[in-house]
Amino acid sequence: MTAIIEEAVDSAAIASASSKRKPLWQLAIRNPAVIFGGAILLIMVAIAVLAPFLGTVDPTRIDPAARNKKPGTEITYRLDNGTSFKHEAYMGTDTLGRDVYSRVLYGTRVSLIVGISVAVLALAFGLVIGMVSGYIRWLDGIIMRIMDGLMAIPGILLAIALVSIWRAGLITVIFAIVVPEVPRVVRLVRSIVLTVREEPYVEGAISVGTPTWTLMFRHILPNTIAPLIVQGTFTAAAAIITEAILSFLGIGIPPETPSWGNIMSEGRTLFRIFPHNILYPGIFLALAVLAINVMGDGLRDTLDPKMSKKV
Amino acid sequence: MIDFIARRLVAIIPVLAVVAVFVFLMLRLTPGDPAAVIAGDNATSEQIDLIRAKLGLDLPIWQQFFIWISDILRGNFGESFFFKKTVTELISQRLEPTLALSVCTLIVAVTTAVPLGVIAAYRHGSLLDRFVMGFSVMGFSLPTFVIGYCLIYVFAIDLGWLPVQGYTRIAADFGGFIEHMILPSITLGIIYVALIARITRASVLEVLNEDYIRTARAKGLSNRVVLMRHALRNAAVPILTVIGIGIALLIGGAVVTETVYGLPGLGRLTVEAVLSRDFPTIQAVILMFSVVYVVINLLIDISYTLFDPRIRY
Repeated sequence: MTAIIEEAVDSAAIASASSKRKPLWQLAIRNPAVIFGGAILLIMVAIAVLAPFLGTVDPTRIDPAARNKKPGTEITYRLDNGTSFKHEAYMGTDTLGRDVYSRVLYGTRVSLIVGISVAVLALAFGLVIGMVSGYIRWLDGIIMRIMDGLMAIPGILLAIALVSIWRAGLITVIFAIVVPEVPRVVRLVRSIVLTVREEPYVEGAISVGTPTWTLMFRHILPNTIAPLIVQGTFTAAAAIITEAILSFLGIGIPPETPSWGNIMSEGRTLFRIFPHNILYPGIFLALAVLAINVMGDGLRDTLDPKMSKKV
Repeated sequence: MIDFIARRLVAIIPVLAVVAVFVFLMLRLTPGDPAAVIAGDNATSEQIDLIRAKLGLDLPIWQQFFIWISDILRGNFGESFFFKKTVTELISQRLEPTLALSVCTLIVAVTTAVPLGVIAAYRHGSLLDRFVMGFSVMGFSLPTFVIGYCLIYVFAIDLGWLPVQGYTRIAADFGGFIEHMILPSITLGIIYVALIARITRASVLEVLNEDYIRTARAKGLSNRVVLMRHALRNAAVPILTVIGIGIALLIGGAVVTETVYGLPGLGRLTVEAVLSRDFPTIQAVILMFSVVYVVINLLIDISYTLFDPRIRY
């Protein structure tokens, strides 16, 4: 009997959701903004993975003879074994004679790793904390006050503070950016949980004695997926910018690792004469963030129409 | 009304308490002796002992917190050993550029974004509307420092119209001050314009469908009066809210903009403090910015009643 009711409740919920759900994904894939953003992102991923095969040299290779060359200069590199090879520096070289083209291409790796890991971690932490907060009443007050407090510290400052405690490094930078992003996700998840709790199918499921865990995973969690995907894209974009800012300020990824922010940071002093050190990584950075934001807008329009009306 | 303000004031206490605890724990969570960390790398052992005694580091941690917070409430943020000054002194010296930059940015952003948003909503679906929306997505995506360097390259280096970097105090030379503020406030303003224009467009668009707008039109009021007096005023609450939330962007952006333009403000101070691991200064700056952010949002909350008499507390 219980099983039958539960199934009826389930199928009613699925019927209302799934009659839209499948075409929704197809719509999302056909959305021009998603295609445009996704295509640029795929190219970025390809660049990150294939960086060694795209005519690059070692991005950390210092060559005093090739310092501060304008874009398009041909450089002769001497290897330790006595042979030498010619390499055209499409984007010029920096003050240490490192090839900017290679550094920018390798820098794609750092930015994508930071963007993806921050989005995944912030969503994961935010989902768990938000579900707990929305579901366990007595914890709600405490959790939300802590989140309010964290949100009162402007995001970049919070990240700067955390980096200053933990010292620079890829992992610490990722976590320093995750912390200010978590409260936003928590609020989003909590508000969804609170709304969904009141839905008839959830009340129905509670009334037939569905265990809490089943309720959370089967009835509440699926409702959070679409808004979280949308939130995740914006989080990834913000994370890439924040990483670039931290590295640009000289407190992010250690300078040995090529990242767009680091390249720009090193190009700061000679910007008036050699703007290419800032120009090229800047273009890549802007393009990557733009692609993710455009894709996020497209996803929001198709997956989360309620939200797209609000903003 | 007074009751409401009192209630809101009470409500920000737990928020600021969480911030204070976080900032306090920040130093205790760093590996190593907090006294040595505060004193910096060049301190003598006498200085470290002095700090240890002053902070009461051998007392239980909650007592240490009360010693620290009561000092701060009395305006004593401790001493910056790196800059060899009290933190309060340091902050007051660096306040003007940041304050000037924020005010100029706010003026630039609001005077550009609100009209843009209103026109975009009024000409909904037109080329101009699409341009505004496209610009707004671009504004979110272009990092502040990239915009900054592009502007410097074009207007300061190539055309030579404006100074490249630096700051002139208002009292010293007002013309020079304005010249030095133009590029930084445009740089910092772009992301803000994107944010405000988007919200203005959305909220005006919503209001334009209301009955009273149709009535106002039917009365024969001009488009300008309808848009400015009826639509914009009713759309003011979300716009104000987003301006308040955007203060966080402004503060974060100031750190970057001051670095790009070499402005000796609080943002630059924050970076210098982190680079030299000068924790008393980092703590003070974070506390101060957070308090400013919370208080501005409180003021905006209270100001809703001025714009929308329907809101009563």
